[in-house]
Amino acid sequence: MIELSRQPLLKAENLSKSFGGIHAVREVSFAVARGQIKGIIGPNGAGKTTLFNLITGFYAADAGAIYFNGRSLNNLVPHQVAERGVARTFQNVELFDRMTVLENVMVGRHPKTRAGFISAAFSLSKARKEESGIRDKAMEILNFIGLSERAADPSTSLPFGFQRVLEIGRALATDPLLLLLDEPASGLNAGETRELGRLIGRIRDKGITVVLVEHDMSLTMEVCDEILVMDYGRTLAEGSPREIQQDPEVIAAYLGEEPFA
Amino acid sequence: MSRFLGYKSVQVGSFGLLLALVPVVVTNRYYLNVLIFIGIHTLLVVGLNLLMGYAGQISLGHAAFFGLGAYTSGILTATYKLSPWPAMVIAVVLTVAVALLVGVPALKLSGYYLAMATLGFGIIVYIFFKELVWLTGGPSGLVGIPKLSIGNVVLDEPKTYYFLVWAITLGAIALSLNIVDSRVGRALRAIHDSEPAARASGIYTARLKIWVFVVSAVYASVAGSLYAHFITFISPSSFDFMFSIKLVTMVVVGGMASIWGAVFGAATLTVLPEVLAVFHDFDIVIFGLILMVVMIFMPQGLTRGALDLWEKYRLQRDVAGESLSGG
Repeated sequence: MIELSRQPLLKAENLSKSFGGIHAVREVSFAVARGQIKGIIGPNGAGKTTLFNLITGFYAADAGAIYFNGRSLNNLVPHQVAERGVARTFQNVELFDRMTVLENVMVGRHPKTRAGFISAAFSLSKARKEESGIRDKAMEILNFIGLSERAADPSTSLPFGFQRVLEIGRALATDPLLLLLDEPASGLNAGETRELGRLIGRIRDKGITVVLVEHDMSLTMEVCDEILVMDYGRTLAEGSPREIQQDPEVIAAYLGEEPFA
Repeated sequence: MSRFLGYKSVQVGSFGLLLALVPVVVTNRYYLNVLIFIGIHTLLVVGLNLLMGYAGQISLGHAAFFGLGAYTSGILTATYKLSPWPAMVIAVVLTVAVALLVGVPALKLSGYYLAMATLGFGIIVYIFFKELVWLTGGPSGLVGIPKLSIGNVVLDEPKTYYFLVWAITLGAIALSLNIVDSRVGRALRAIHDSEPAARASGIYTARLKIWVFVVSAVYASVAGSLYAHFITFISPSSFDFMFSIKLVTMVVVGGMASIWGAVFGAATLTVLPEVLAVFHDFDIVIFGLILMVVMIFMPQGLTRGALDLWEKYRLQRDVAGESLSGG
């Protein structure tokens, strides 16, 4: 038990992935401790999103290994990774546009529920019971993320910032141990970004480990315990926000981009 | 939740009541026959709508499953003298097998590619119906298919067959309403809206797509069996590519992702050719035209489209009224 909790929740070893001749991720190794908020930063094209797609099974790694909660994630496909307890959001916000806010979150309960075609078609009592459980849990999550008032609205009627929050809510509905956020602050204004930072903190307080990929630094420096810096598919540096800010290599890589403005 | 269930049962119940009352008023055999065809088409379209409207997977070969049901029932009962109900079950089992065989590779494709693959499948099955003369009777068709019977009662009157067809179709509607309003239904719509997000939410999209394909094929197979025992003579031309297109048109006209819309679409496009009998050879042109017009002007389907138009009209009228009273 003690050994398990000391183990990192997520561990990547020498991960590599290339597309044609382009090495998107090259021999990247890192670990995420339980209860940590870890940031992955780097310029566009540094391989951050590819890294997420490797962890969540959207891509298969060319080489290297991924361990989650002590078990290998290699060769798993996305829905299996979700069942193991890894949830994610997408850089371009992938909501279910023809569903309500509530239904979007209800879909997130999929891996925790069972009803199939037959029990749904005949509306068996276990399916009905499960359905009301799904609804209750989804409402609870909407309360947590502050969108319960909009439950019945079409998801597309939400302002963009709330759409990002709703996507996080849907991910939380899968009861994840690890939440991967792909550029959650992009497209948000300063106020919304601060609000998001607070939400991420509250998610960690629930015991959920968070990894976030960010292009922009302000949010990362504020909420992360540890930061991994990537550039051209490689690990450039790893450490606390303070260490990262003073790392000469990082500063060099970001020269001209005014990373810490 | 119980409120929703109640709502659904009220809908199905009142529709059932309406259907039960129809034969009291309509006694003309021709009209009853049209209503039976509407029932069979509704069964087909409700199933296809689960696949197309909800899961967003296009099938241009659904007439093949309709034909599989019809020919399996027809051959087993007319040639091999099996009784119709077990034959219908065998038809369903066969259809499931074929749907799995076709669906597993085809549903790895999406969009145009899936449409092309199902189109090809439909044409291949049609050629089988036409060329396997020793089994299917070839282009001249299969004759001598018996009427259905329940116990000792032979359903040879349009009125009795009307009740059978609509009882089965109404059952299928009720099941579909339950499916779309469940965990499975949400997962189907999730695939339609964003497959990556569906997968990240733990939905095994590849398997679910195959299952909904199989379910819609089963609906079509049962419809095919009912059709064969109704007209007692089947020929390949009833199951050709044009019929697949008609089914897609019915789904689109009724409105994607709407079970009651499917009933409306099936009814409209079954009655229309009867009304437009003068244009007989051109009916496919008219179908094509309807498909185009609906897709361009009312992509949500005719029912939703008409409602939207009404809303717009009311809004304009109110605005006009206000500016009048304001001025």
